[in-house]
Amino acid sequence: MPTVNLPSVLTPLANGLHTLDAVGSTVGEAIDDVARRFPSLSPRLRDEHGAPYPFVTIYLNDEDIRFIGGFGAPVQPSDELSVVPAVAGG
Amino acid sequence: MASSMLPDRTTGDLAPGEYIRYSRHLILPEIGVDGQRALRRARVLLVGAGGLGSPAALYLAAAGVGTLGLVDFDTVDVSNLQRQVLHGTRDIGRHKLDSARDRIADINPGVHVEGFPVRLSADNAYEIAEGFDVVLDGTDNFATRYLVNDLCVLLGVPNVYGSIFRFDGQASVFAAANGPCYRCLYRQPPPAGLVPACAEGGVLGVLPGLVGTIQATEAIKLITRAGTPLIGRLLLVDALHWRQRVVRLRRDPECPACGTREIRDLSHSEEVCAVPGPTDVDAVFAAVPEIEPTTLSSRLASGELLDIVDVREPHEWAIARIAGARLIPLASLESRLSELSPEREIVVHCKMGGRSAQAVRRLRAAGFKRVWNLAGGIQRWSLEVDPKVPTY
Repeated sequence: MPTVNLPSVLTPLANGLHTLDAVGSTVGEAIDDVARRFPSLSPRLRDEHGAPYPFVTIYLNDEDIRFIGGFGAPVQPSDELSVVPAVAGG
Repeated sequence: MASSMLPDRTTGDLAPGEYIRYSRHLILPEIGVDGQRALRRARVLLVGAGGLGSPAALYLAAAGVGTLGLVDFDTVDVSNLQRQVLHGTRDIGRHKLDSARDRIADINPGVHVEGFPVRLSADNAYEIAEGFDVVLDGTDNFATRYLVNDLCVLLGVPNVYGSIFRFDGQASVFAAANGPCYRCLYRQPPPAGLVPACAEGGVLGVLPGLVGTIQATEAIKLITRAGTPLIGRLLLVDALHWRQRVVRLRRDPECPACGTREIRDLSHSEEVCAVPGPTDVDAVFAAVPEIEPTTLSSRLASGELLDIVDVREPHEWAIARIAGARLIPLASLESRLSELSPEREIVVHCKMGGRSAQAVRRLRAAGFKRVWNLAGGIQRWSLEVDPKVPTY
């Protein structure tokens, strides 16, 4: 099944896990699955309507999902999703 | 030093003694004498002399960059010293530009420093950045990041980007010819309050060292034309689990800065954080009712019964706590609602007020009517009510 990589800032919202297995055949289904299992994480991944935020970029392997079909992009069991929220510290 | 011994920033010619100073560069074929001269001629503007700007300035000075511009309005605070290695204990209270100037002069007296002791703004950005070849973004807030991005796109100057939070870092090169920009990656910043600042969320002290030196590396590569810069690629670092990844960064044809070019000046660049995001997000992160620390103190002293809920993490609770408060970390709030009485008035606090504002919204959404956010968190409580509570 595809995996979802979380940055360290979000791992406390997923019981400390930084890599999660997800069920789904699209990016959106995989994200939904993770959001269902970790409700506190859910609002950090997408908005209330399930749409992506403009300040959280999600990568399917090394591609920004916005350019390959968004949440509808198909995922394979060996794929990796990475959640990359905007951070501004310096 | 005799004038004939001074390096020449116009031609890039090295002074005789500098062949030894830069010998380890000169024997690298990717840099060599031509590359070192290019470094000598180069003018790099560092926006921010803090966590990222510190290692970047140190290494760019050591590398022989001819002119370093530094933009920072701040003074050195003791809490900076865990990561801002440009400054030392004896510099506490000094302007960062002054301590930076001294440190850089010690590392390499051949570097010319131009200091700008101001906050970068739409009003001064053009004037400050004029004539610089590369801008290095070491700022600590979204508004200035978008300003730096738009400035670099409009001027056609590469923006060597780095950003950090807790254990995570990002680096890239934006606004290079035909390359993407920051707005291609993040069209909008998060609503205020969603992402805590390093002052509240924390940052591993060595992390800006990692990312800032990556930025210095990229600046040197751009100047010397060595190797393959991080244009069109985003470097992601997780120092806690040591995961790193380089992902593709495409230029967005609909990007208002480098795509459609509808951003033609900087008049709105700093307002990005005030620009309304998606309506539902705004609703979630709208302002919450607050109580002043002195008001809370007076009410407690008069015998009023209020529940004080601390939504920080246990490791923060171990540092400092408000007497009578109970710890319910934000992530476990929903699962522990039964511990709270809807009949009682509740004051929620965290370190500075960001996380507790989220908690207030969640409690109100769960039906708790009389819930207040402690303004400024335990930080202000310590300053205004009880100085025995340590600040951190």
